[in-house]
Amino acid sequence: MTKDIFNFLKPKNELEGHEEKPENKPYIPDELWVKCPVCKNVMLSSDLEDNYKVCLKCGYHFRIPARQRIEMTVDEGTFEEFDKDMMSANIIDFPEYTRKLKNAKINSGENESVITGLCSIGGQKTVIAVMNSQFMMGSMGTVTGEKITKAFEYATQNRLPVVIFTVSGGARMQEGILSLMQMAKTSGAVKLHSDKGLLYITVLTDPTTGGVTASFAMEGDIIISEPHALIGFAGPRVIEQTIRQKLPKDFQSAEFLLEKGFVDAVVERKNMKDTLAKLLKLHSESEVVDIECL
Amino acid sequence: MSAYDCVMAARANDRPTAIDYITRIFGDSFFELHGDRRFADDKAVIGGIAELNGKPVTVIALEKGRNLKERMDRNFGSAHPEGYRKALRLMKQAEKFKRPVICFVDTSGAYCGIGAEERGQGQAIAENLMEMMALKTPILSIFIGEGGSGGALALAVADEVWMLENAIYSVISPEGCASILWKDASRTAEASECLKLTSQDLFKMGVIERIIREPKDVDSKLFDSLKNLIAQTFDKKAEIEPEKLVEMRYNRFRKF
Ligand SMILES: [Zn+2]
Repeated sequence: MTKDIFNFLKPKNELEGHEEKPENKPYIPDELWVKCPVCKNVMLSSDLEDNYKVCLKCGYHFRIPARQRIEMTVDEGTFEEFDKDMMSANIIDFPEYTRKLKNAKINSGENESVITGLCSIGGQKTVIAVMNSQFMMGSMGTVTGEKITKAFEYATQNRLPVVIFTVSGGARMQEGILSLMQMAKTSGAVKLHSDKGLLYITVLTDPTTGGVTASFAMEGDIIISEPHALIGFAGPRVIEQTIRQKLPKDFQSAEFLLEKGFVDAVVERKNMKDTLAKLLKLHSESEVVDIECL
Repeated sequence: MSAYDCVMAARANDRPTAIDYITRIFGDSFFELHGDRRFADDKAVIGGIAELNGKPVTVIALEKGRNLKERMDRNFGSAHPEGYRKALRLMKQAEKFKRPVICFVDTSGAYCGIGAEERGQGQAIAENLMEMMALKTPILSIFIGEGGSGGALALAVADEVWMLENAIYSVISPEGCASILWKDASRTAEASECLKLTSQDLFKMGVIERIIREPKDVDSKLFDSLKNLIAQTFDKKAEIEPEKLVEMRYNRFRKF
């Protein structure tokens, strides 16, 4: 009886660079019980939900859909979405891409692999972008790049900070070179924003790899990661194939990147909103700083 | 010529590599500069200063090596983070001394390995993309063989990108594409078509400004005409205000 109601997530060492199969990606269902893919602990779905979808026993951070991330992060009722209806097309006529896009939309309930908008976090007005692993493994297509670029341009014009939650298998090969161009385009938008003295915080979540790592994910003034997130340029399997040896345990984990100096802090999900609010407040442009709130 | 023929031609062992271009275009004037001042000198990236019609230029190139020994030495043209950081150091130097930058691109991609990840391959590429976009001096990138994904783009956020007729530029290798999408690496030829990676395809999409025709046998004519084209292009770019140049570069990529 119990066998069917458990839903397993892939353990993270099975992830690899570029995108994975977009279909049938298991997510936490509306079932009563959930099993942790890392420690195998079985817990009530409702308990897991109450704990920010973090395993009560081992602290494994389950992947969560972008909408839920926004809900957890922004002040209630403050989110105004940008470019909700912008949608990818099969621009280079790549086989099967039209069908895959359609599946991704059904699978995720979203139009693209990123949601962007305006919000407040701890009372600080902020532009936010949240990537979605349910949409073609968060791969970067032209619309992904366009939405992120427009979000930065809006933030630059309105002198606002930007917070991005990344999750991505990398470039979207079905868009060929135009996918690669998004790396340059978004980086240019980050640079213009940065040169105006504005704050950009990236929050790397599991997994962040490939072209997203090699562009805007690593360009934040402050780079935060969720615990145990897989972060890298090349996916572990690609590296193992290249060097013909097994990778050490925890290679490319958030903690590994912290040790190597590429991440500023590893922050648990339950503390994420307060951490962001605090950092945003410290960079606030208003003259009056309320010390009580820091 | 099919897309796959082009892939094969771009990778051919007897194809001129960056060293050939540097030697034939800049001759003895090229002075090599080594190291990223942070970790090491990456031999997959060659950098230095040279003279072009009496004017100084900064030259940066991905070098695959011309024989097996050289190829091993140069890691087959796959750079580590220190290679990209050396490139950026030299670009900043070019900006300081107000000389243009020419990049020769020939790589199957940035290296995927333990050291590369430990030293921040993604961060190194990302930084190049960001800084090149705002570099206040002209940048020209010429793809002479393979242009593999982010590892090529890290030397190609340029005012103009040119490609040799049989060079390729792709978001992923056709082998990688075939094995991820179809779990079948033998469908490489098909993947090559789908990816639209030839100079013709990329020109149509506005990704490159110019295709350099390749003579049957590479002779000095190719290098002479390339030299003149580069010099003319830099002369034109020199007339543009640096701020305007940077704005035009942003718009060049903003359109995609
Ligand atoms: Zn657990």
